[in-house]
Amino acid sequence: MRALYTWGAILTIVAAATAGDVLQAHAMRKIGDLGELRKSRGIRHVILTVLKSGPFMFGLACMAIAFFALLLALSWADVSLVAPASASLTFITNAAAAKLFLRENVDRRRWIAAIFVAAGVALLAM
Amino acid sequence: MTVRKYLVLLAIVIFGATGDALLSRGMKEVGEIHLNDWHELIYAIGDPWVLGGIVLLLGFFASYLTALSWADLTYVLPATAIGYVVLALIAKFYLHEHISLMRWAGILLITAGVGFVATGPALTEREEDVAPVEKIGREA
Repeated sequence: MRALYTWGAILTIVAAATAGDVLQAHAMRKIGDLGELRKSRGIRHVILTVLKSGPFMFGLACMAIAFFALLLALSWADVSLVAPASASLTFITNAAAAKLFLRENVDRRRWIAAIFVAAGVALLAM
Repeated sequence: MTVRKYLVLLAIVIFGATGDALLSRGMKEVGEIHLNDWHELIYAIGDPWVLGGIVLLLGFFASYLTALSWADLTYVLPATAIGYVVLALIAKFYLHEHISLMRWAGILLITAGVGFVATGPALTEREEDVAPVEKIGREA
């Protein structure tokens, strides 16, 4: 039963983290290079610009869900299972979501990298 | 890619791995939480290890957002995956978790994946995504 709870929490982490990553990547792309923005307008402007972004805040809410699901999963299983297993699946869902929603150029090199990393992270979970 | 940008990627790796390790240590201290008592998660934040983990993960988050502002999601995630190797090493030597042969093989695969993506371009160039201030700089 505990294994079922653990994997349920891991799947929740994957779904929420993917939505959060895509929304935040979208928000950051629209805002532009934060380092350059900090140099030209100051750190206060950077923080306010980021906090005023709708997709960022929505992404943050998804990240919060992923975080609490992570805490739950960690109370049921080892970090060396939970962190790699959720990350492994998130690599694949993120690659697909980035291609679909962010129109990123996910070429063969990036797919191979995502699959290698996901497989490696899955092995870490064994 | 400049040295500053590589340092941001390194910060993601260090903050992420150490933050997760502290969270794990803290949640072991807090103990198992049942679904019916989910509100106990709020009290878990009071644990010093969990709190320390959250502070480090805030550092991770700031570095991560900075990287996403100049690189693709499908570049940043694999390029910083070496953090899982760091986490496995912390789990072995600090949290005393067992690292099997399978896990070492996983570490090798992750390192290979990171090598694949880190040598490629960081950003998909699209004119409409370029920030106005950068556009003006390019046109000048």
